[in-house]
Amino acid sequence: MNSTASAGAALRRVELAQPVLEAIRRHGRQAYPHECCGALIGREHYVVEALSLPNTTAEGPRRRFLVRPEDYRFAEERAFTTERELLGFYHSHPDHPARPSQHDLAHAWPFFVYVILAVQQGDPADLTAWRLLDDRSAFGVVDVIHGALGRHRT
Amino acid sequence: MPIKVLIPTPLRPYAGKQDVVSVEGATVGELLSNLTEQYAELRKHLYTDEGRLRSFVNVYVNDDDIRYLEHEQTAVKSGDTVSIVPSVAGGAGSAVAESRATPELSNEEVQRYSRHLIMPEVGMDGQRKLKGSRVLCIGAGGLGSPATMYLAAAGVGQLGIVDFDVVDYSNLHRQILHGTPDVGRSKLQSARDRLQAINPAVHVETYETALTSDNALQILEPYDVVVDGTDNFPTRYLVNDACVLLGKPNAYGSIFRFEGQASVFALKDGPCYRCLYPEPPPPGLVPSCAEGGVLGVLPGIIGTIQATEAIKILLGVGEPLVGRFLIFDALRMRFRELKLRRDVDCPVCGDQPTVRELIDYEQFCSVATTPQTAVSIKETSVDGLKRRLDAGDDLLLLDVREPQEHQICAIPGSTLIPLGDLPSRLAELEGRRDIVVHCKSGVRSAKAVKLLREAGFDDAANLKGGILAWIEHVDPSLPKY
Repeated sequence: MNSTASAGAALRRVELAQPVLEAIRRHGRQAYPHECCGALIGREHYVVEALSLPNTTAEGPRRRFLVRPEDYRFAEERAFTTERELLGFYHSHPDHPARPSQHDLAHAWPFFVYVILAVQQGDPADLTAWRLLDDRSAFGVVDVIHGALGRHRT
Repeated sequence: MPIKVLIPTPLRPYAGKQDVVSVEGATVGELLSNLTEQYAELRKHLYTDEGRLRSFVNVYVNDDDIRYLEHEQTAVKSGDTVSIVPSVAGGAGSAVAESRATPELSNEEVQRYSRHLIMPEVGMDGQRKLKGSRVLCIGAGGLGSPATMYLAAAGVGQLGIVDFDVVDYSNLHRQILHGTPDVGRSKLQSARDRLQAINPAVHVETYETALTSDNALQILEPYDVVVDGTDNFPTRYLVNDACVLLGKPNAYGSIFRFEGQASVFALKDGPCYRCLYPEPPPPGLVPSCAEGGVLGVLPGIIGTIQATEAIKILLGVGEPLVGRFLIFDALRMRFRELKLRRDVDCPVCGDQPTVRELIDYEQFCSVATTPQTAVSIKETSVDGLKRRLDAGDDLLLLDVREPQEHQICAIPGSTLIPLGDLPSRLAELEGRRDIVVHCKSGVRSAKAVKLLREAGFDDAANLKGGILAWIEHVDPSLPKY
């Protein structure tokens, strides 16, 4: 497979290596009560790097996140130079369930995997993953596999 | 001369899996138009249905954002590189059914909802959204009746109802979910039957419990919108705080006598109930509908407004009643609107919230303890009063209810002086020592006894349980109200 081309179909499952999972949880805890965000880089359905990016939203970072175009380009560049792919993005929902919001849907891109981490009272809680359905009508569930343990999470 | 357009990762599958596409065009607009003609599927991700570039799609000519150039009219020349760069955005907030697929409609449902389907604001997509939606109504009473009935009729897929009450005759003049044969039944059973009769496709989920700080988050969590049809302050603050914590829109309504209020709280960037009323009123200051009465039609108007707002939020159409507080006066038949802002210092939805989990709302509204007045006043039971009346004791039985209540039922031989008139009519009690005071249930008469004792009538006693206890234990022939 070409190192920069996307898989061509939205992923149904994604495997997060243990350091990736820990990096996302750590970022969510640090940013609390604000939302954190970052890029997911890897190959096929394996995420090997969680690249933390600044949350530049002007709408209040407790409920919103925004990755600037220059940071997006940085993430794509990084995936390219490490011969990997940009698979998607993660962000946290402080004191909020790990479920995509109306806002997430309106801003979603096809084929990307969106990982959402709930952070309850500052502590990382549920982690879920989603993909935009082709007609943009809703999100579909992406199964999350914990790399180190190989276990499924609903 | 073809110009190179760089395609971002998520759009490459729509562009023949290429990361660079060469397209003809003299301006950015022409380039994109030719690009989406060549790769039609790109269109819906780059443009809105109205044909505008999506706000989170950025276009760069070399290193410059076209927003700072001439937008889509920006000229391009040979050797330029045009990049499509996504802003990746999102975040918590009003979660509205996105994670659920929108179910299909059967032919029968198409017929049922046809008057919705032919309106562009609802249409097939909107009706399917409603079918995939869940609304929770707190209370199956006056407000909950019209709200749930219209939501069921409109095709909301799942209706949850929280209540633990039993249908009483005094509910029937306004709670149209319940009928005369339902008196004595659980409100939830009665509600379920009624709603299923209106629309059997609706899934009715019932919660036969009081909403508490322990169960509220769990009960609210699966729902998209909450309709607040509560009748007390602790539950109202609980519903508000739980909605804010979970990010659920709260279609609020309240009624008293001839006046109703409605608003939508806890929607993103909008105010919550605490921004309007940071503190509950002192206990006993605001009478309930059971004490003050309510026009039977009034909840029909306010509950229907709540249902309208819930449906608008679910469909994502119109202007929600956010940041606006609607006040309805049925006697003058007027609607007024007050502006409401989110309070940045609000303890729940402000910028630095201090309430981050549900608290003890009974204590917050201090209704858990008996009023202090009850401690120091003399009381008599209805049986005690009956014995004394039968024995011919020379006592004054004072009724401090309103004249219209006295007209409904009265204890024979009682004297009527409404609580509000008592201070100015104390002279009429001159020379009486032995006074027993009653009202409907014992609250107003306790206040009257306190007032009498302060005025020197040291032997005044309160009739425990009021005329309701009298009817219950002494004279069941009188009507209860």
